[in-house]
Amino acid sequence: MTIRMMGRHLREGFKNLLRNGWMTFASVSAVAITLLILGVTLVIALNAEQMSNYVQGQLEVSAFLKDDVSDAQARQITRQISAMPGVKSAEYISKEQGFQQLKQELGSQYQDILGGLSQKNTLPAKVVVKADDPRQTLAIGQRIAQLPGVEKVNDGKEVVDKLFRFLDLVRNIGLAFVVGLVITAMFLISNTIRITIFSRRREIEIMKLVGATDWFIRWPFLTEGLLIGLIGALIPFVVIVFGYRTLYERFDGSFLALAFPLISADRLAGTLAEVLFGLGLFIGLWGGIVSIRRFLRI
Amino acid sequence: MIEMQDVWKQYPNGTWALNGISVRIGKGEFVYVVGPSGAGKSTFIKLMYREERPTKGHLFVNGFNIERLKDRKVPLLRRHIGVVFQDFKLLPNLTAAENVAFALEVIGTPKKYIRRRVKDALEWVGLADKADLRPAQLSGGEQQRIAVARAIVNNPQLIIADEPTGNLDPDTSWGIMKLFQRINDRGTTIVMATHNREIVNTLRKRVIAIEAGCIVRDEDKGMYGYDD
Ligand SMILES: Nc1ncnc2c1ncn2[C@@H]1O[C@H](COP(=O)(O)OP(=O)(O)OP(=O)(O)O)[C@@H](O)[C@H]1O
Ligand SMILES: [Mg+2]
Repeated sequence: MTIRMMGRHLREGFKNLLRNGWMTFASVSAVAITLLILGVTLVIALNAEQMSNYVQGQLEVSAFLKDDVSDAQARQITRQISAMPGVKSAEYISKEQGFQQLKQELGSQYQDILGGLSQKNTLPAKVVVKADDPRQTLAIGQRIAQLPGVEKVNDGKEVVDKLFRFLDLVRNIGLAFVVGLVITAMFLISNTIRITIFSRRREIEIMKLVGATDWFIRWPFLTEGLLIGLIGALIPFVVIVFGYRTLYERFDGSFLALAFPLISADRLAGTLAEVLFGLGLFIGLWGGIVSIRRFLRI
Repeated sequence: MIEMQDVWKQYPNGTWALNGISVRIGKGEFVYVVGPSGAGKSTFIKLMYREERPTKGHLFVNGFNIERLKDRKVPLLRRHIGVVFQDFKLLPNLTAAENVAFALEVIGTPKKYIRRRVKDALEWVGLADKADLRPAQLSGGEQQRIAVARAIVNNPQLIIADEPTGNLDPDTSWGIMKLFQRINDRGTTIVMATHNREIVNTLRKRVIAIEAGCIVRDEDKGMYGYDD
């Protein structure tokens, strides 16, 4: 196909879009909403994956000490834990230190909330333990729990598991939505193109009579579908990248006070572009092919 | 130019429209196809530009073996055939010149040739001065002239017309017939289905009469032969 032909097909495709504006609007919206949901799901999934990698390397056990354990006893327990096989480090954090840490993590915005707390310091003293091998964290935690003076052990796994189960759920619901919406969007596009084909039936008839090739007649409708897909992908792409960049800068690259690092906006934009534009063009092309096969009949 | 050997045509609903047609039309001939309504004239003509396919029989047009012609190759056949219909088939939102140019554009003719050839075709049909008007601003006869210009713009060897004067009054019809005569004078073959007795009996040509899907008469400088 020559450049001149491609130009013509693209121009005709554009004319088709304008020819039935409302249907075009509906189709573009359907694609845009579909891809917006997919894009947001993708952002969450990518960050969750990154988070899981990060947490794997950070997994630690917090052994909370009973309230009546004295400072000296606490240091004794810490030494005991350090000596256990497989333990990389054990650090004693007194009630006072724990409070200061929390204060720092929450940052200046939340100082007021802590104001009331500072008087009667209710945080328990704890020993923070890291394993040589993060996968041994659980076993070490169980052994520590049996030591006298230890109230309870929080190996963090439960929280992390819950978080991941939640994120999996978000991803699955998102994907289910996307599958349904992709089908709806394809249907809308093929319907839009069907209407265009109908409104151009005279032109099509004459083109056939004077000897235009089948592909020459088909291309404008394929480009119509492709353009719908392209515009439908561009909108959510811009919205998500812009929105994510804003959020990213506000959170300073990490999620809440948990200090989970977020994927940088630039890296995200690359993956997002591949998925959104890829799927957008696919949906558009598919809608075009369906209507050509069913309604153009050449 | 056109050769049919025992051609039969049955439509999907079961109707037999042609029942064993054998005919030869040579290059440069001018042929009227006449017969009562429903006799099969349009079907006979549609086979020539492969709008319909024969159910049985052999059919050659412009050197193409229509039986063997792949769907993909049909456009090549049609680029050498000009078609004119009773209802003109012009695009209402294009000007006269654009309507003629359309036929060249959609077969990929380079732009630099299109202008020249559209101008020539419009001059040939005597409508150069109305090039920028739309069909709605033209009379029926003028619209049919535009359709003729579109049919000849690619210099086809064969022109097929199905009742081209069916929608026109007698005077205007004669204007169109003069055009066809001039096209034929250039050596272009013309096959025209018509109900116009006055024209057939005055501008005398070969007449093929079809009744109930069979050729019942085929004579040079024949008469219309029906009184409808
Ligand atoms: N697409 C079709 N499907 C089924 N039957 C058809 C179709 N087209 C034509 N026929 C039938 O085939 C027969 C021949 O029709 P055709 O149109 O060739 O006649 P005609 O001679 O052109 O008539 P007219 O002078 O009225 O134009 C008729 O009985 C008609 O009803
Ligand atoms: Mg007819």
